Amino acid sequence: MPPSEHELRLRERLGRLRSLPLLGGARISGELERLQRQIARIGEEATDEEIWRKVELARHDDRPYTLDYVERLLDDWFELHGDRALGDDGAMIAGLGKLEGRTVVLVGQQKGRDIHERASRRFGMPNPEGYRKAWHAMELADRHGFPVISLVDTPGAYPGVVAEQHGQGAAIARSQAVMARLTVPAVACVIGEGGSGGAIALALADRVLMQENAIYSVISPEGCAAILWRDAGQAKKAAAAFRPDAVHCLELGVVDEIVPEPHGGAHIDHDMAARLLGHALRESLAELDGIPGDDLRRRRRARFRSLGVFA
Amino acid sequence: MAKIDVSVETDDQPSPPPSHPNTCPSCHSHYRDDELERSLWVCEQCGHHFPMRARPRIASLVDPGSFTEEATDLHSEDPLGFFDLRPYTERLAEAEMKTGLADALVIGRAAIEGRQCELAVMDFAFMGGSMGSVVGEKLSRACDAAAEAGMPLIAVTSSGGARMQEGILALMQLPKTVAAVEDLHDSGNALLCVMAHPTTGGVLASFATLGDVVLAEPNALMSFAGPRVVQEITREKLPDDFGRAEQNLRYGQIDAIVPRPELRPTLSRLLRLFDAPE
Repeated sequence: MPPSEHELRLRERLGRLRSLPLLGGARISGELERLQRQIARIGEEATDEEIWRKVELARHDDRPYTLDYVERLLDDWFELHGDRALGDDGAMIAGLGKLEGRTVVLVGQQKGRDIHERASRRFGMPNPEGYRKAWHAMELADRHGFPVISLVDTPGAYPGVVAEQHGQGAAIARSQAVMARLTVPAVACVIGEGGSGGAIALALADRVLMQENAIYSVISPEGCAAILWRDAGQAKKAAAAFRPDAVHCLELGVVDEIVPEPHGGAHIDHDMAARLLGHALRESLAELDGIPGDDLRRRRRARFRSLGVFA
Repeated sequence: MAKIDVSVETDDQPSPPPSHPNTCPSCHSHYRDDELERSLWVCEQCGHHFPMRARPRIASLVDPGSFTEEATDLHSEDPLGFFDLRPYTERLAEAEMKTGLADALVIGRAAIEGRQCELAVMDFAFMGGSMGSVVGEKLSRACDAAAEAGMPLIAVTSSGGARMQEGILALMQLPKTVAAVEDLHDSGNALLCVMAHPTTGGVLASFATLGDVVLAEPNALMSFAGPRVVQEITREKLPDDFGRAEQNLRYGQIDAIVPRPELRPTLSRLLRLFDAPE
């Protein structure tokens, strides 16, 4: 069942409250607590099956990928292939386009539709070259005052021998560092799988959105199950324990807003999914308009520096 | 809430456990506790670096009596109500008892051969050196302390990655520490990183690789994905030195490999080069 209007409004308000750095951590206002309780009630109804359904929807073969949104949301799209060092990573897309007449830089992981494209795009798992391509494009955006949009959709960074030799960990760190330095607005949206370090590399943004049926987690359900149960088949149990769903991420203040999808999921109607995403992206960018670059950067860092729970 | 066992992830030794912790896994030489302590836990026969705990590490690096610990009151919470074989809270309490530490990172002000610095040292014995909210917060505070005092931050890492028991908030410690390091960089003060075995996953993919200078101990594993995962997913044959410090040096990922006995003089020289206050 899709979330009601009321629930979406509630989540949005909570998201906004959460995004105020002063309200992070233990110091939460009465209103925030009240909203949290309401969300908790809604959240309680998510059963293990429902959470697993989100995982399935997030990975649905027909779910729109980054380029499906590019096609529908951006005019004059020009793809930038080069990482200026080693190679063109098909698992990462970067490019320039016009969003309602305004030039933006868009980066995002890209999965493949058919078996050949899946292999060539490595199922959306970037190598260090891919992250370098993305940060190169984001640095370009910073030089020219273009906002950055990042669409996150990856099971994780590619765990390969050559990827490690080329510095996979350092590439993920560097990509985040580049985002932490941007003086232009940056909006990230998790549009499918937000898998661990491979995802966060593109998500250190001013506004972090998440589609209704996307997932965002520290480890994939299968990875978790393989480690904990030594059986990847127990992924359903693992997902239920981690709650990688959007409501949970909103509750924790990890994302600012949930982007609705067409009834039944984004795969049912790509055009409608793109319209809803486009609306959310434009709204977020409008909110960030006019904020001086130094302030943006300071607030962005403060937002992420406030995340965590400790006593 | 489903019950999951994360003991495998956090309590495993980085390499197959030797018959005895004091037996060198490489050449099988055996040492008494006091012998290992004297050699800084380095095998005198073959140079193998045994794991080194945070407190002896600090003692081996800093001028006697110069270390003032900070943020000792920070403790982890259990935001997910996480339960594996036992509750996360119980595992935390056990780790605290076992290690005498409040979490997997110790921070504080110190001096090395008369030069001042901020120091952050991880301890693998505390839940595999995993990074949760407390590690992220302490590292961030260490960055701020170094920036405010106008001195370099030295970070010695040893970690299996993000602490799974804290879920997505553990992942958020990556951008948190990256943001803190960028604040430190903006203040004009240096970050000097030393990676000890193992530094993998989320710590490698955040502050550990963002140092102005990045050092590693001999044979330290420094891979984003663990060898087992890479093997399983790719079915590739792994090189013998997969993800090790030597491979990382060869591929230009780090600046130098420094054997443990040379670490103090090396850091001292770097502190002089970065004009750390006396």
